[in-house]
Parts: sequence; C-alpha cells; structure tokens
Amino acid sequence: MSVIGTPLVRRDARLKVTGAAPYVGDLVVPGVLHGVFVTSTIARGRIAAIDSTAALRIPGIVQVFTHENMPRFGKIKGVPGQAFLLMQANEIQYEGQYVAFVVAETLMGARDAARLVEISYVTEHPRVDFRRHLELEETVTDFAEPDTSVGDVRAGLAAADITISSTFRTADRHHVPMEPAGTLAEWRNGDLLLHDATQWGYGVRMVISSALGLPQERVRVTSTYVGGGFGSKGFAWPHQLIIAAAAMTLERSVRGILPRALTFTGHGYQPATEQEVTLGAHRDGTLLAIRHRSVNPTSIGDEYPEYAAMGTRSVYACPAIETATRVVRVNRNVPTPMRAPHEGPGMVALEIAMDELAVVAGVDPVELRLRNYAETDPTSGLPFSSKALRECYRIGAEKFGWAARTPAPRSMRDGSTLIGWGMATALMTTFRFGSAARVTIRRDGRVVIETGTQEIGTGVLTIMPQIAADALGVPVDQVDLIYGDTDLPEAGGTFGSATTLSVGSAVLDAATRLKARLIELGGEPELSPAEYTEVLKLRGLEQLTIDGGWSPQQGNEYSMQCFGAVFAEVRVDERIPIPRVSRCVGCYSVGRIINPRTARSQLTGGIIWGIGQALLEDSRVDPVTGRYLSKNLSGYLIPSHADVPAVEAYWAEEHDPHASALGARGVGEVGAVGVGPAIANAVFHATGVRVREVPIRVEMLL
Amino acid sequence: MPTTFLNVSLSVNGTGYTVSIDSRATLLEVLRGELGLTGTKPGCEHGECGACTVLVNGRRVLSCLALAATQEGAEVTTIEGLAPLGALHPVQQAFIDHDAMQCGFCTPGQVLSAVACLAEGHASSREEIREWMSGNLCRCSAYPQIVDAVFAAGRAIVEGA
Repeated sequence: MSVIGTPLVRRDARLKVTGAAPYVGDLVVPGVLHGVFVTSTIARGRIAAIDSTAALRIPGIVQVFTHENMPRFGKIKGVPGQAFLLMQANEIQYEGQYVAFVVAETLMGARDAARLVEISYVTEHPRVDFRRHLELEETVTDFAEPDTSVGDVRAGLAAADITISSTFRTADRHHVPMEPAGTLAEWRNGDLLLHDATQWGYGVRMVISSALGLPQERVRVTSTYVGGGFGSKGFAWPHQLIIAAAAMTLERSVRGILPRALTFTGHGYQPATEQEVTLGAHRDGTLLAIRHRSVNPTSIGDEYPEYAAMGTRSVYACPAIETATRVVRVNRNVPTPMRAPHEGPGMVALEIAMDELAVVAGVDPVELRLRNYAETDPTSGLPFSSKALRECYRIGAEKFGWAARTPAPRSMRDGSTLIGWGMATALMTTFRFGSAARVTIRRDGRVVIETGTQEIGTGVLTIMPQIAADALGVPVDQVDLIYGDTDLPEAGGTFGSATTLSVGSAVLDAATRLKARLIELGGEPELSPAEYTEVLKLRGLEQLTIDGGWSPQQGNEYSMQCFGAVFAEVRVDERIPIPRVSRCVGCYSVGRIINPRTARSQLTGGIIWGIGQALLEDSRVDPVTGRYLSKNLSGYLIPSHADVPAVEAYWAEEHDPHASALGARGVGEVGAVGVGPAIANAVFHATGVRVREVPIRVEMLL
Repeated sequence: MPTTFLNVSLSVNGTGYTVSIDSRATLLEVLRGELGLTGTKPGCEHGECGACTVLVNGRRVLSCLALAATQEGAEVTTIEGLAPLGALHPVQQAFIDHDAMQCGFCTPGQVLSAVACLAEGHASSREEIREWMSGNLCRCSAYPQIVDAVFAAGRAIVEGA
C-alpha cells in the first residue's frame, strides 16, 4: 500500500504536546535586546513633535527609534501591501501605526520607556467607514482582473421569469493566530539572521533586503514553528523591517513580539464587504444571468481588493455573468488575505441569493445547484482540471440526512426550539507557486528532504516525507525533512492552500530524479530500494543529492478550483432567537489527499472558521477615532469549544491530473467557504427571517 | 518609575526555586524568562485565550494573570513537568492519537486545562468537556479533536486506575 493516503500521526505532535516545539519567542540568544512599539493614537494627521528624553532615562534603555533617527528605507520590492513605509516621515494614515520603537536590555524596561515617549499630533478628521464613502470607489488590480463579463446580462435579466436582487454585507475580521507575530533579528558580523513567525520567509527576506539595501545573501530568514498564520503572517509587515533595522543600526540582536492588541493593526485583516447580487432565472431555477459586485475598504497608502465575486465567475453554468471589484480608501491599516479570502466573503452573498432563488422557484436547494451544474468554467470557457462536486452534493446530503428536510420555513422543531437545515456550495480558486526541493540519500540509507517551506500547523512536516518515501519506495520513517530556512531551496509561501501541491510536487520531482539517478548508477534496469545503499557503496559515494523543482507551467488550459458542498443545522429558541449551530457536514472535491488525518483537521478547522464568520466575528471600528473597539479576544469573538458542535468533513476520491504533478489541489481554505451561507440559509429555514449579513446576531431575528 | 525587586520561593515541576523578580512580573514571565520554561505560551497576556494555563497547587491558573509575587510557596506544574522526562501523560498521548493540535501554540495550555478538567470531574460527556474547556481558544480550530482526546483520556485514566 502506498504511504500516500495513509493517516500518519503528525511528526511534530510529540514536541507540541510536551511544550518542546520552539517558537520565535522561545528561542534563547545571549544578549538579546527587547523591543516595544509605540503606536499612533490618531488615525489621520501628522506627528508635530516626538520627545524621547524621559524614555532615554530608564535604566537599561538602549535606543528609542522614531521617524527622526530610523534609517531611510529603500522601496520594497516583490511583496504587496508595503508601499506606505512606516517611521520614515511624520505622516499618520491609521490608528495603531508604529511611531516609535523602544529598545532596552529587558522587556520590562522597554515597556516602561515606551510609556514615556511623548508625542504631540496635528489631527485631521479621518475617513473611517467605507460604506459612507462609496462614491469614492476605485478600481485596482491585484492578482486577477477586477471586472469580468461574459454574455449579455441585461438580456438575460430581461428574459428571466424570476429575478432576485439583494445587498449583502460581511464584517471586518481579524486572523488572531494564537501566537502573535514576532521577530528575533540577530546581527552577525554584517549579516542579518531573522528568526521569524512567518508564512513566507523568502518574502520577508525580499522586504528586508530591498528596504535596508542589503544583498539577499546577507539576509537569512528562518522559521522553526509558527503558531498559526491564516494569512496574517503571509506577506511581510512593518514590524519585521523595523526590528531588523534596529538590529542593524545597533549591531545587536533584537527581539520584538507583538502584544495581542497590535495583531489587530500590525498586520492586515479581512475587510468588510458590501455586495450586490442579481440573479435572473427561468421558472425552473435555471440561471440566465448573474451580476455580482463587491466593494471593500483598503488603506490610504496601499491597495487590497477583496475579489468577493471571484467564485461567481466559475461556480454555475450561466450564459451571462458580470463581476466587479471596487475599493474605497480609508484611514485604516491595509487588509490582507485571510482564510478563506475572496470566495470566503463572496460565496456568502451568492449562496444566500441562490437560496432565495430556490425558495421562489420552489426547488430544493441541492436540486437547484444540480440544475445549474457547470461542466466547464462559465466565464473562461475552460474545462475544469478535475471536479467531483456532483459527488460531494450526494455524499454531503447523505451524511447529513438532507432527504428528511421539510422545505417550509419554521416547519421543523424540537419543542420550543426551531430547527433549520441549510446548504451552500463552496468554491475556491486553486493557487499554485513555483517551488524547489533537494533530496539526499546517505550511505546509512537515510533520506533527507531540504526545502524552505514553513510549518504553521498544516501537517507539512508529515506530508513531505510521505511524498518522498512513496517516490523512492523507502519506509517513511527513513525520511527526514529540513525546512524553514531561506538558505534552503526556495519554496513558495505557506498560503493560498498551495503548499502540498506546489512544494509537494517539487519534492516528488527531486525524489523521482534521485531514484532515476540511483538506477543509472546501479547499471541495471531495475533497482530495489534495499539496494540504494549498495549503489552508493559501489560508486564510492557517501551520499547522493539531487535538486528538483516544480512550477505551475502545466495545466494552464484548465480552470482549477476546489469545490465543496456544505450542510448546516441550526437551533434557534423561539423566544430568545440566538442562533446556534448544532451540526455541520462538508464534503469536498480537492484532488488527491496525501494524509487523511491532517487533511481532515484542515477541513474541519476551516468549517469552524465558517461558523465564526456566520455567527461571531465582527471587528468594529469607532467611526470617529478610526480605532478598533476590541483589540482583544474577549471583545473580538472567535469560536471557542462551546461554540463548536459535531463537525464532519468528507471528500470525493479524486486525482487531479492537471493541477499538479502530485494530483493534489488544496485543503487549507475551502473548508472555510460556504459555511457562512449554509448557516444563514439554515437560519432562514428555522425562523423564516432572511438575513443577508454576517455575523448573524440575535437582534436580526427578533 | 521605581522598580521593586523581591524574592519569591516556589516549586516548579517538583524543583524548588528562589527567584529575584520585578514585583510587577507575572508567573508567566517568571516561568519563561527566569526559569526558561518556554512551553507555557503567551497568547494574549490578558487572560482571554488560555495558552498560558499552568497548574498551581493542582488547580488550573492563567499564569499571565497571576502575579509571581503572590506565588510564595506555590507548587506549580507546567507542561514540561506533567510527565517524567521521556514519558507522556495520558492526556498528551490522547492529543497525539486524536490529532488534537495543528500549529501547537495553544496545545500546552489545552493539555494542562484538560488534565485539570478531568481531575475536577468535568469530563463526563462531550457537552460538559466543551463547556469546561471553553477558556482555551484554538484558532486552528482543532476543537472536535481536542474534545475527543479529553473524553478518551478520561476513559483511559479510569481504566488504567
């Protein structure tokens, strides 16, 4: 049996349950200095004066960096969201912006000194709420076209028997990984070594190198264990650069760990969206036209479009589809991708609209999706690389028991508790990155994979050895992985659900080449894995190393999507209608599964993120000051144990021949798509109240 | 501002220590900074996330909210001392068996909270475990696996006793 597809225990499990896994804050470096950020209390204006005199009197203080004495940074290349450089001038664009960085011998001393930095501001009235400034919308382009159009939407709507037209809202949300971001910068004889909580060490290296004017070979970034990221550690952020600059200037090692509050402004967030969806359909529910438009806030100095209508471009067979993406600049920090970006907020709107259509057409929601099942991508016209969504609807419905649903709202109950069953489709674009890997076999038979990928909890430490072991035909216990270091062969960032397919395909390539080389050296057409070391001996080699890689050149004539069918049950007390999820089942079409154990945890984790989106997560901003009201985990609610019911994830057996050499697509984020609308649709089924906004709160159901 | 230092004697994982600390230091800061026990994690430093949970005299305590100066004579157990070196506590083993972790940052706190939850007798059903483990957040959302692990560990401890 192949080791691929085996539910191996994650290799780092023992280190993690014993507290021995080292994160950035745990590393011991002699003589390390401690850095604390001082942040702007205003959202717009400029620093009139900054006085460090009192702070510099604190015992153990080393330096107070401000825009007046911080080295001048070069333009940052290769990483988005970094056009507005901090601590270079006196301009303030958002509340929470770093205005000083205090470095001292002890953390306590740095905190004491930080409180004594005196700053006066010239304050201007900030633009905070993008919904009040929709007239300022702009079209910006990131990795995809902001607008798409296929067919004649106007004609489709004119010909429609049924038209659904609604406005939807999703909330500002924060990633809040349990480990706040942090960096330990070591200055070693003119070279910078950063130990960083990052999802993309090479991205951090690009930022540091371009901003500080150091050649890339003088900047090395390592990450051992990263305590969650979900996108927040995906790109590079000002703290990494400022900490590195401080280490370079002082020629000392400096560590800075963001306090929880700064994880709300120190890196991006998932922006709220205002979305309009119009559906035109034949009376049997067959779609004739879809129009989907979305607006989100971005920062003054940087651009982040949330492509909420992305999924709409590919999900249903429809002759006419128009999508549009707009941004409004406000005095807030720049947003960034968050599990799951784009389709995550976007499918909330489309899939609630589809539920509205199902109700008007009198068609079962699953049947409605099957009637509009896309055999090819409706916008690009391309065939799908692989798609088992039909199977997902069937398995999901069966596991959930969907057939027992009575269609009328308020028709299912348990005493005074209303029960609602809702469903939705999930879809997420497949991202792919070029990656490199190196595989070595040693005389003692051990195999070593080297690739600069990051471990953020996905299971990568277990999966990569499985892939190499399978390719070489050796026991997986014989394979080691060296990772998390920019000195290693370059791997893509750990985001976009792309690591398994991208880095995994690179590992597969290197291992396959290694095997071929061993066979060549053996001189016989066949070579059993047991004979590998014999070949090394025969050729007088201590070890044999082969470099491999993979880049997403293949398969571009296909539309690559991850799919899912999500079913949710809610229970709502008739008198106090607090919506609670009691069951959730998802079935996914994600390509080949390498490790069912870690894949399941990724998918159920995603589903629980969807519960957070549907019922809890809402980062409110004070409209006057532009300050997040709850920069903490007691005010910004994320799911806790008590919020999480029985959650089940399944998948269709699948091998995608086009998306990657490995047959895989991605599991990290699609689980977080479709859950929000499935829950909203279940709430409608339970209560008869149609809510077009998440999170759904009790007052919306009164 | 004037800083006051004082000496505190406490037992951590069965070893006695007398440490000279800043009077404002939390137990979390002393465990990590003075004693080098970095298995106890700082997630929020406001008692909201549970990542820094340790056992003090057998009870679960948020070490970020406990002033070290008040721990005179306390017996503290951290994740490093939960089982003898090289061995695993049944709760740790159950977490491994059920894949009850992803990034691992909340895991030491979850494990210690689970040990206390079992000792308190708050683990008779999955519903009860969910309620009594709700002080420990897991953003990776390994909640179902954690609940399964705590439930299984409870049964393993009963059967082993």
